[in-house]
Amino acid sequence: MSKQSGGLGRYIVQRLLLAVPMVLILLTLVFVLMRVAPGDPVSAAAGGKLSAAQLAEKRHIAGLDKPLLEQYWNYISNVAHLDFGTTFVDHRKVTDLIVDNGGATLSLTIGALIVAILIGLPIGLFSGRFRDSAFDVGARVFSITTYAAPVFVTGLLAQLVFSGGSLPVSDQADQLMSLNVDTTTHIYIVDAMIAGNWDAVNDALLHLVLPSVTLGLLIVGVFIRMIRVNVIQTLQGDYIEAARARGIKESAVVTKHAFRNALVPVITVLGLQVAMLLGGAVLTEKTFNWPGIGLMLIQYINQRDYVAVQGIVTVFALVVVFISMLIDFVNALIDPRVRY
Amino acid sequence: MATTTAAAEAADAAGGEREPVLSVRDLRVWYGTERGPVRAVDGVTFDVRPGETLGLVGESGCGKSTLGRGVLGLTPTGTALSGVVDFKGTNLVGLPPKRLQKLRGPDLGLIFQEPMTRLNPLMKISEHFEEALRTHERKLSKTAIRERALEALRGMGIPPSRYNSYPHEFSGGMRQRIMIALALVLRPAFVVADEPTTALDVLVEAQIIKILADLRKNFDTALVLITHNLGIVAEACDRVAVMYAGHIVEQGDAREVFANPQHPYTKELLRSTISLSTTGLHYIPGSPPDLGRPLEGCRFAARCPVAMRGCEEHEPPEVVLAGGVRSACWHQALEADPSLGEELGKDGREPLAVKEISVADEA
Repeated sequence: MSKQSGGLGRYIVQRLLLAVPMVLILLTLVFVLMRVAPGDPVSAAAGGKLSAAQLAEKRHIAGLDKPLLEQYWNYISNVAHLDFGTTFVDHRKVTDLIVDNGGATLSLTIGALIVAILIGLPIGLFSGRFRDSAFDVGARVFSITTYAAPVFVTGLLAQLVFSGGSLPVSDQADQLMSLNVDTTTHIYIVDAMIAGNWDAVNDALLHLVLPSVTLGLLIVGVFIRMIRVNVIQTLQGDYIEAARARGIKESAVVTKHAFRNALVPVITVLGLQVAMLLGGAVLTEKTFNWPGIGLMLIQYINQRDYVAVQGIVTVFALVVVFISMLIDFVNALIDPRVRY
Repeated sequence: MATTTAAAEAADAAGGEREPVLSVRDLRVWYGTERGPVRAVDGVTFDVRPGETLGLVGESGCGKSTLGRGVLGLTPTGTALSGVVDFKGTNLVGLPPKRLQKLRGPDLGLIFQEPMTRLNPLMKISEHFEEALRTHERKLSKTAIRERALEALRGMGIPPSRYNSYPHEFSGGMRQRIMIALALVLRPAFVVADEPTTALDVLVEAQIIKILADLRKNFDTALVLITHNLGIVAEACDRVAVMYAGHIVEQGDAREVFANPQHPYTKELLRSTISLSTTGLHYIPGSPPDLGRPLEGCRFAARCPVAMRGCEEHEPPEVVLAGGVRSACWHQALEADPSLGEELGKDGREPLAVKEISVADEA
C-alpha cells in the first residue's frame, strides 16, 4: 500500500508543477489577445468623450503608457497576488465582481452538470449496453439534436414553452423574496438555506430549472456519445470475455467490469466539458438574465472595458486549469495505471 | 455421420478406459454473418477423459478456438450450435444461459491466448479471486477465500505478497500464471487452454506447459490444449486431434499419430514443422477453404498431394485404424473396406489433376 500512495503523492506533485507553465501560457495568451485588438482600452472605452490630454492621463493611471514588457510583468505579478485589475468604466475590483456574481454562475454550472449527468449517464450506459436497439437509435438522435442546438435557441424555446408561468424564465430569484435573504456566501440558494427561508430556497430551485436544463443539454449530447461508445468498446474487451468464461453473472460483468471501466475516460471528457460549460454559461446567463459573471462579461464587452474583460477571462482560464487538474487527480485515484 | 458415431462407440468399448468427462458428438458451430453462415466447426466428435490432455492442432482459421469456445457456450450472439456436448450427463448445447454461466468456472474452465488484456485493469488480483470465488461458492468466508486464492497462486509461483497488486504490475508470463490460477481456483473438471503460450517467450512457454502438464497429475483435470506448436503436443498431450476446415481429420494417441501419421494433412503438417534438424522449409501450398461457402467432399482435396478425383465430391468416412487412430481419408477408408470404392464412382480413384496453385498467388 505504501508504494501505491507514494505513487499517488508523486503524481500529484508532478501534476501541480505541470500546472505552472500551463497557467503562464494561458495568462500570456490572454495578455496578448487583449493587446492584439486595435487601439487601447482607454480610447476604446472613452474615446471621443474626453480630450487627448485627459485620455493620456487615464492611460498613465492605468499604466498603459509603460513598455509592453513591463505591462506584462505587472499583469503576471498582479494575477499571482490574485489581483485581476479594476474595471475601467465603473472602477470595481474584478475580484469583488467575481465574489458578488460568481455564486450565481457556480450554481448555474453545477445545476447544468447535475442535469447532464442525470440525463446523460443512464441514457449513455443503456444505449451502449443495448446497441442498435430502438432506444439506442432514439438516444443517438437526441444527443445529436441537443448538441447541434445553440444555447440561445434551446433557451428561447424553453422560455416560450414555459412563459405561461409554470416555471420562472428569468432571474435567479423572485425580486420580493430575495429582499428577505441576507447575502453571506454570495450563493443565493445557500444564503436562503442559511436564513432558513425555505420558500426562498424553493423559489431559487424553480428559477434554476430552465437555465440548468438549457446549459446541461449543451453538453449532454457529447456525454451520451462518449459513454455509449466506451461501453460498446469495453463490452468487447478481452477481460469481459474472460470474466464470462469464469462464470461471473452477466449483470456483474456489465456493471462491475464494463460500466466502471467505460466511465474512466468519460471523467476526462467531463473535465473538458466544464470549459465548454463556462462558455455556454455566458450565453445562458444572457438568455435568462441570470446575474452571473457571464452576464457581467457581456456588459463589459459592450462597454469596451478591456481591463474588466481581461480580468474575467483570466479568472475563467484559471478555473479551467484548476478543474482539469482536479479531474486528473480523480482519474489517478480511480485508475491505478495513471499513477505510474 | 453414422460411421463416425459407430466408430467412436467401438473405440470406447475397446478401450475400456474411464468414462469421459466430456463427450462431443457431431458438434457444429456456425457463425451468422451478413454473407450467410460461416461453418467454423462442422461436425466434430471427440472425448476427453479425466486426467487426459487432448492436443488440438491445425492451421489458423480451421476452427480450433471456435471449438473451444463452442464447448463452453462462449460464442457471440447470432452463432448457431448443434450436436451434443455431453458434460457429466448434461448436454451443454441448448442449455439456458443461466445454467451455463453456473457451470463455467467451477466445472468448465478456459485459459486464453493473450494474457496481457485478460485481467480487468481496475481490479486488484485479490478482487478477481474474490469475485470468482464468491460467485460460485457463496458460503466461503473472507479468510477462506484468501487462503484458497493464495494456495492457487502459490501453485503457479506467484508469491502472496503480490496478492493486492494490480494487473499492470505483472509481466506477461506472470499474468498468464495468474489467469491459470484464477481458472484452477474453482477446480474445474474440464479446461480448455487456447494457445496459452503463443504470446509468451520460450522459457515462459516451457514453464506454462509444465504447469498444465502437472494439472492432470494433481487434479485429474481433463484438458484440451489448443496450439500451433506440434512440439508442445508431443511433449504434453496424451492424444491429439488434427483439425482442418472445421473437421477433425485425424485423432488418436499422440505418439502413434506423430510416429505414423495417416491422414495426408497430418503428414503435410508434420513435414512443415520447423525444428533444429530441419534442412529445408516445407509448406502446404494454398490456403484453407472459405468456410462461408458450402463445401462438398474432402475439404483438403484441393491441397492434397495424393487426392483422387472422387475426393472432391465425396466426403471421406472416418475409419478406425491400428492403435485406435481415427482418420477421415479415402485412402485409408478404401484400404479398410474396398467396397466403399463404389461410392467414388468409375474413375473416382484416378489421381486428381492438381490445380496449379501459383506461389506468387500466395505471396
